[in-house]
Amino acid sequence: MADEVVLLDLKVSPFAARVRIALEEKGISYESKVEDLSNKSSTLLKMNPVHKQIPVLIHNGRPICESMIIVQYIDEVWSHKSSLLPSDPCRRAHARFWADYIDKKIYPIGRNLWASEGEVKESSKKDLVECFKVLEEELGEKPYFGDESFGYIDLALVPFYTFFYTFEILGELSMVAEFPKLVGWGERCLQKETVSKSLSGQKEVYEIILQIKQKLGIQ
Amino acid sequence: MDERKYNMAEEVKVFSTWASPFALRVIWALKLKGVEFDTVHEDLINKSPLLLQYNPIHKKVPVLVHDGKVICESLVILEYIDETWKQNPLLPEDPHQKANARFWAKFGDDKVMQSIGGGVLLKEGKEQEEGFAASMENLKYLEEEIRGKKFFGGETIGLADIALGWLAHYLDIVEEIVGLKLIDQEKFPSLAAWKQEFANAPIIRENWPDRDKLVTKYVVVREANLGKGTPK
Repeated sequence: MADEVVLLDLKVSPFAARVRIALEEKGISYESKVEDLSNKSSTLLKMNPVHKQIPVLIHNGRPICESMIIVQYIDEVWSHKSSLLPSDPCRRAHARFWADYIDKKIYPIGRNLWASEGEVKESSKKDLVECFKVLEEELGEKPYFGDESFGYIDLALVPFYTFFYTFEILGELSMVAEFPKLVGWGERCLQKETVSKSLSGQKEVYEIILQIKQKLGIQ
Repeated sequence: MDERKYNMAEEVKVFSTWASPFALRVIWALKLKGVEFDTVHEDLINKSPLLLQYNPIHKKVPVLVHDGKVICESLVILEYIDETWKQNPLLPEDPHQKANARFWAKFGDDKVMQSIGGGVLLKEGKEQEEGFAASMENLKYLEEEIRGKKFFGGETIGLADIALGWLAHYLDIVEEIVGLKLIDQEKFPSLAAWKQEFANAPIIRENWPDRDKLVTKYVVVREANLGKGTPK
């Protein structure tokens, strides 16, 4: 029986991008169904009734929700190639820890940076810079967070690389000056076709963020 | 299957505090698997240099140290424990069921704890009403998920039970302090039944922190947040 794999998707979502990258890494054929979040499909509401959010992976009719939970599912089901998580429990824990850090920090703080004004924006900028410092240090001299090859942590973070231009403009930062290792890492990841075909360009992300800001009435 | 009933040559340490529901998860998991360990009791006002060395990013408990390997973040630690000591598994083999368990554990931390802790315990007035309404929504989802099952993990305690387990003890305390009933037997009969089942399960029932001490502690935390008391 052929596998039926459907992804409830959204181009600019970093969370959906993680799943796209994982599917590409494993060479899985899938159907991408792009959602309009202002008019959510009945499929989305049925498959993710709790959060009503993308991404949702539907595998042979059964839904899996939450991006890094989906990524682990993909890694476990299609275990024959391109392991995303290491096999050693300690290294797996290390990977999960950093994916959790990225989830707790980069998205919400980054969002506050582009979606707020005044003091909230300023303090978000400070917090985001601190987080990137931590990640820059964790990366160190390694080519990838997973060490020699692209892995779970890299996959968790790389969609946020496409937000670097947005952070620079709206946060008045220079990512390459302050975080040269992270920028180098991002460029290295984009050399991989599985990553580059799954991500939007930095300028494209910026344009979309501007549109969202306009809709929400934020300066 | 590699069964390690005895961990004689291993050194397992858990950094915890008496009140932490997160550290409690780790203690439950180790005890459910019959793993011997030492507890290092931390005082969060005066964190030990070792804790700061082991968890420089978050500076929090729990931390698990296993033969020199350091693991932080309770849900990450639970998965490590399950992968290292295979007896009494916390997660099922089937990837879809595994994903489901992880989903509910995450829902507990991201939504349930936020709405009950942040939205009800630490608020009053209109804000508390909103927190209460959000909590009710979240509990509804849990009610639907637990219906027809003894535990979230099925017949035995699993990852989601351990992650949501704080509801079986800490919630009563919140309810007492704020004078509101959250897991009402009539509204959420299956969840109320799970609470009883879990609270009285072997191992779980022997490790609850002192109820009166917790009430005192959370009253102070609530009042500090409302600006009524001196902050810690």
